[in-house]
Amino acid sequence: MMAMSLFKSVYATLIVGFLVAPLLVVLPLAFTSGAFLTYPIPSYSFRWFSELVENTVWSRAILNSLLIAGSTTVVATLLGTLAALGLRARNLVLSSQIRTLFLLPMVVPAVVLGVGMQALFVRFGINSTYLSVIVAHSVIAIPFVVISVSGALGGIDRRVERAAESLGARPHKVFFLVTLPLAMPGVASGAALAFATSLDEVVLTLFVAGPNQRTLARQMFSTLRENISPAIASAAFVIIVGTILVALLLLLMRRRSA
Amino acid sequence: MSGAFISFQDATKDYGSVRVVENLNLDIARGEFVSLLGPSGSGKTTLLMMLAGFESVSGGTITLDGKVINDLPTYKRDMGVVFQNYALFPHMTVARNVAFPLEMRGEAKAVTAAKVKKALDMVQLGQLADRLPGQLSGGQQQRVALARALVFEPRVVLMDEPLGALDKQLREQMQLDIRELHHRLGLTVIFVTHDQDEALTMSDRIAIFNHGKIQQCAAPREVYDHPANRFVAEFIGETNLLDCKVSENAGETFSVTLDDGSVVAAHGLPGLVAGDRALLSLRPERIEILPAETDATATGQNRLAGEILDTIYQGDHLRVVIETAVGQIIARTDRKAQEWPVRARVMLTFRAADGWVIAP
Repeated sequence: MMAMSLFKSVYATLIVGFLVAPLLVVLPLAFTSGAFLTYPIPSYSFRWFSELVENTVWSRAILNSLLIAGSTTVVATLLGTLAALGLRARNLVLSSQIRTLFLLPMVVPAVVLGVGMQALFVRFGINSTYLSVIVAHSVIAIPFVVISVSGALGGIDRRVERAAESLGARPHKVFFLVTLPLAMPGVASGAALAFATSLDEVVLTLFVAGPNQRTLARQMFSTLRENISPAIASAAFVIIVGTILVALLLLLMRRRSA
Repeated sequence: MSGAFISFQDATKDYGSVRVVENLNLDIARGEFVSLLGPSGSGKTTLLMMLAGFESVSGGTITLDGKVINDLPTYKRDMGVVFQNYALFPHMTVARNVAFPLEMRGEAKAVTAAKVKKALDMVQLGQLADRLPGQLSGGQQQRVALARALVFEPRVVLMDEPLGALDKQLREQMQLDIRELHHRLGLTVIFVTHDQDEALTMSDRIAIFNHGKIQQCAAPREVYDHPANRFVAEFIGETNLLDCKVSENAGETFSVTLDDGSVVAAHGLPGLVAGDRALLSLRPERIEILPAETDATATGQNRLAGEILDTIYQGDHLRVVIETAVGQIIARTDRKAQEWPVRARVMLTFRAADGWVIAP
């Protein structure tokens, strides 16, 4: 018994270590004073964070990322939530097939999706615009929202909605006073997932974004190829901290609603 | 019947090719407490859901207060529904749950607050107004659900096995509470249950369902003493069913011949005539066990000779199994009554009014 539980603990620690190790390698480099993304670190400084703010290429990329991820979150959450609500309808024909269709962007290789979208957007004359990037990001973010909201809706007892209706609530009242508040944790985590998806999306962005829509992730990607600057590590640090903050916010909202 | 408050006329419900409620007719008067009782899948809950407007009506009509309500949306029906799992709004406090129907009706804030307080006091939960449903016990949640269903003075209160999730003691207490509220407020209540004791305790009338049809709808005493058919006789309480043949039907009293040739007198369903095969229903507690040597003519009642097979102690009564020429018979006796040794020869007697003859 003892040996077994010891084995479990060691095993779990190894797995967690494997998952976290890359972060532990990269993050300290964000604080290097040197000009290269290498160990050993000569001394610690915030120079690469200043670089992020002062160098317009980086600051522009950060703003682009926030703008695109923010818009994607709004669009994907709205459409994904509506889709999940529709899929919940009791007498929907082919409901499981339609659900699969909504989840398809998760499994289709991003490269394939990117080529197709680029061709399509060029045809519509909107390629290399904010719109094209936001649409592309929304397409791959929607499945996360659909899954998350469907899960939350699945947990709602229909009798609670029926009760509301029997107490005199018209359908829209039932939705806004009962269904939506109860599904809110799912909507919120769907939104967070959509934000995170957009934030670290590179492949699609390479296809559909122009020079003006350089996102942080894409900027990191090209910097990595060109001059491996420690600014990448600083940018990664910013992204990770941002993601953790969003996750914490979510956790806080969940706790409040529970 | 035009005077009925709620009336089902040939109400039918199909799910695909399955007919779960079949040409059902039922009239309910204002202020009446009617239980819909039956095994699961018998259509009783479906009927309630049709009345509440959650299920569409496949055929026939449902009228409420003289108006056909087949296509009236649920939110306009003005019916308070209490569900088995309470169906409280988990994200609203107890007070907001109870205020919900009043808010939907656009009541003034002050009126709402006063009515909510009164409703919560009625179910003795005034002090829990600010709690969330998740913080309450099952019984308390059910009281909140009750308060919420009554606070807007609905025209009808529908209850779908509301006490099914509670433990026995609490359930019995709630039965009495609901019964008392029904009398005090003059509510019209339709109550779905599969628990016959619950139906017998609370109802003015019981409608017994099987296979989407009402087998019998009558007062508890009538349903128990004079079941309309074999299903009702067996479903409500326990009974001995003996094969027999009607030899004479003299209005109220029948004379029937049992399989061993003995002739007994009993009451029974009108419509059975001499020569018909029939069943004699004998409730265990109506059978008296006497020593075999008892002078037969002294009692003037029906008699069956038998032999004791087993006696089972059940706390408040004894269950006695007796072998007779017409099969095994179960009798219930007072626990203070004489205990019979196994294999003792006995004489079973019952009055004509305690036997009930039904079609097989």
